[in-house]
Amino acid sequence: MLGKLTLSAIPLDVPILVGTFTGVVIAALAVLGAITYFGKWGYLWREWLTSVDHKRLGIMYIVLALVMLFRGFADAIMMRSQLALAYNGNPGYLPPHHYDQIFSAHGTIMIFFMAMAFMTGLLNVIVPLQIGARDVAFPFLNSLSFWMTTISAVLINVSLFIGEFAQCGWLVYPPLSEQQFSPGVGVDYYIWAVQLAGVGTLLTGVNFFVTIVKMRAPGMGWMKLPVFTWTAFVTVVLIMAVFPVLTVTLAELALDRYLGMHFFTNDGGGSVQLYLSLIWTWGHPEVYILVLPAFGVFSEITQTFSRKPLFGYRVMVYATLAIGVLSFIVWAHHFFTMGAGPNVNAFFGVATMIIAVPTGVKIFNWLFTMYKGRIQFNGIMYWVIGFMVTFSIGGMTGVMMAMPAADFVLHNSLFLIAHFHNVIIGGVYFGYVAGLNFWWPKVLGFKMNESWGKRAFWCWFVGFYLAFVPLYIAGFEGMTRRMNHYDNADWHVQMLIAAAGAAVIAVGVVCQLMQIYVSIRDRNLAENRDFTGDPWNARTLEWSMASPPPAYNFAVLPDVHGIDTFHTEKQMGRRSYEGKVLAPIHMPKNTAAGFFVGAFSFVLGFAAIWWIWWLAALALVGVFATVILRSFNNDVDYYVPVSEIERDQENYVRSLTAQAAE
Amino acid sequence: MNNRLMPKLRRLLPLAPALLLSGCTLDLLDPRGPVGIQNRNVILIELGVMLCIVIPVIAMTLYFAWKYRESNTSAEYLPNWDHSTKIEFFVWGVPAVVIVILGAIAIWTSYTLDPYRPLHSAEAAGRKPLNVEVVALDWKWLFIYPDQGIATVNQLAVPVNTPINFRITSDSVMTSFFIPRLGSQVYAMAGMQTQLHLLASAPGDYLGEAAHYTGRGFSDMKFRTLAMTDDDFNQWVDKVKGASDSLDSADYPQVAAPQEAAPVKYFAHVQPNLFDSIVAKYNNGTVIDKSTGQVMHMQSAMSDMQMKE
Repeated sequence: MLGKLTLSAIPLDVPILVGTFTGVVIAALAVLGAITYFGKWGYLWREWLTSVDHKRLGIMYIVLALVMLFRGFADAIMMRSQLALAYNGNPGYLPPHHYDQIFSAHGTIMIFFMAMAFMTGLLNVIVPLQIGARDVAFPFLNSLSFWMTTISAVLINVSLFIGEFAQCGWLVYPPLSEQQFSPGVGVDYYIWAVQLAGVGTLLTGVNFFVTIVKMRAPGMGWMKLPVFTWTAFVTVVLIMAVFPVLTVTLAELALDRYLGMHFFTNDGGGSVQLYLSLIWTWGHPEVYILVLPAFGVFSEITQTFSRKPLFGYRVMVYATLAIGVLSFIVWAHHFFTMGAGPNVNAFFGVATMIIAVPTGVKIFNWLFTMYKGRIQFNGIMYWVIGFMVTFSIGGMTGVMMAMPAADFVLHNSLFLIAHFHNVIIGGVYFGYVAGLNFWWPKVLGFKMNESWGKRAFWCWFVGFYLAFVPLYIAGFEGMTRRMNHYDNADWHVQMLIAAAGAAVIAVGVVCQLMQIYVSIRDRNLAENRDFTGDPWNARTLEWSMASPPPAYNFAVLPDVHGIDTFHTEKQMGRRSYEGKVLAPIHMPKNTAAGFFVGAFSFVLGFAAIWWIWWLAALALVGVFATVILRSFNNDVDYYVPVSEIERDQENYVRSLTAQAAE
Repeated sequence: MNNRLMPKLRRLLPLAPALLLSGCTLDLLDPRGPVGIQNRNVILIELGVMLCIVIPVIAMTLYFAWKYRESNTSAEYLPNWDHSTKIEFFVWGVPAVVIVILGAIAIWTSYTLDPYRPLHSAEAAGRKPLNVEVVALDWKWLFIYPDQGIATVNQLAVPVNTPINFRITSDSVMTSFFIPRLGSQVYAMAGMQTQLHLLASAPGDYLGEAAHYTGRGFSDMKFRTLAMTDDDFNQWVDKVKGASDSLDSADYPQVAAPQEAAPVKYFAHVQPNLFDSIVAKYNNGTVIDKSTGQVMHMQSAMSDMQMKE
């Protein structure tokens, strides 16, 4: 009746998990209780959970990303403290069974549910506003994407309390991830969570591709596209190209596990090389899927606060495209040590190095954007400068490992771990946080607190070096990744410093929480409020309406004449909406279909993990029924009346003139 | 590290990584064989080349950020300047030149340091290579010396200044065979034979490890590499030959059974072709002789050895 699921699947014998579970339940009850107490269920359901508004979905994505950041970071703290302790016969406090799940979950959650969700959130919030669109091309699909991502994040966290998670690393390499070596449900949790989230990501890719291709404001040719949107565009093209590869790869692994096939098994003609090639065909472009939007964020911020246009806009675009293309031909650098031979290794080594050229060009272009500018130093610019310094080092260590002859000794070592945290924290995370600080006032109508933001930056910056420079050194000392205990005194020194670094980063995370709390608390102070919709005196279209923007974004679609049209308009003192006739605006209605498809998919995933086939079948019927019902619903849109637009627009213009008069 | 106070002092100064470095052994920068020396040289050269560009970039970042700060109104401000062909040439040119240099090194060393390439080191001139067959098991290493007819678990003895020809496979999950102080690593995979050529140029006791994660017992999947003089090596071989255990296809499943933190074990005799039989298990009883390219059938050995399920 319940497949493989029994009471023994609940890890009551692991006090850490019981404690976590109790904490999660108390927190959940507090949140649910508060919503009930304040009578907000209806509001939450109507305005948020069923929303198809790209801005609200973007906010929910970022909230999800921050929650997952805490989960993934808690894993990181546990790993670092385990390795600080587990030296010279001391087993530490995490036995391999638990520790191996933690490092697998850390990577999976940070990439799929923190970074991807954060990136998708930023795209959602900003891309339609930057291109002068009123929503994305397929608003319902957007809501569906969000719910698929969210239920997958929930599914992966259910593995904490029911059953176990994978113990094979974040890319579940076979043959270790096959039934023969991993008979538990851990790998199945991984497969289903990543597959269901992958549906959401792929739909996001298609959605934003169509949005950017078809819904740009009149006059916005490709070479007038804001840089962030350009990076978003290349990212969604990469998503459409490689996420299907990931889906097929994991489907084949699932066939091995569920039906005893032999895609990647040791025997029966299975091939581990095939898996590595497939997973990295997705995996390497994935790195650029994450980092390109961060590059876009840095470009927007640098030009805004340098009070200058971006240096070499065209070159920036070409470099982004070049990185996108090159990202497809470097995947084998993840397994130089597999014995493919010098021809293969030399090709992939050189191809990898070549990516450093367009990336280096970008760094130089940011440099020359600052050059002869008037740089306004706020907390946001701190993240940019911190990024440029840190990412240069991360790029350098990446090129070091692109050399096959060097990779032969650095592969799988802590040097590798230090390298990719160097680029993912220093590049991706710094970028997303800078983007959050930068666009926060646009989305919510008030600025983030400066001093807590700067404290967060310094803790992250110093903590990063403290935590990862020792790992670079430990790599040179021959320490491999994923070790649970060791007996080498030199390694122990590095592990102690790295643990101290993780503690400093933890303070940084707390500062970020404080920043969010203080910002919301002080939102009504005059110096924090954004009355103009353009708090940074920025250049692109998302700043050309009130903050927060009305649901329909643009009262009148803007006329675009060049790059940074909004900046030009401000200088000429004439805005393109002036003198235009308002017309009713066609908008999508909210729908609960995405939520229900997500909920049924969650049940499907959970049932398939535990082999509860009747429930899986029911859930699948539920998914199809929801989609069919939705397709018969013709009441999916409405028009915003002119009177309402007029009222919004008058408020905005009045607020603008009042600010100008001050 | 000859001072007993040092480790304690070092723990008190976690904020001074540069100081800490002085006492540590950086295995990769202090290799004990020609392969490792070449790995190290490649790393140092590319690090040097790239620092020539990375240090100025970081310096320029900080300098520009400081010089063109808002409060410094004496600095030149060009609010509309966004293009300069001269600078564009420079920003593409400099990284391109660096990558041309590094790319040439990458191609060259991909061939010279190919792990499959037998060593022709000056130190090894005229010395006959030693053959060692390596089998990765859960969670230990089996070393077979086909020419001596002996085998060990978790201890690899090699004579110094003698090229070692490793043939590597796995009878479990994939992992990587790595002795940091000797140089390059290569994956061990079931049903596959990979090759690695190393040489130890100084006697010593070096760490060997599974560099790729293998599951529960991974952290203790380590072995000692004992590099010794010829005489010591011969004595070691005699010692192993005096052991009471031997290894044939009947004993093998027991040896291969999963075991954590496995102790060192010696086998006085080893069944010929054991390595080939292990590879053949996953290939319908066949194995390719890498030196001749011929397919050999290992059916008889197969029938003795049960497939691990």
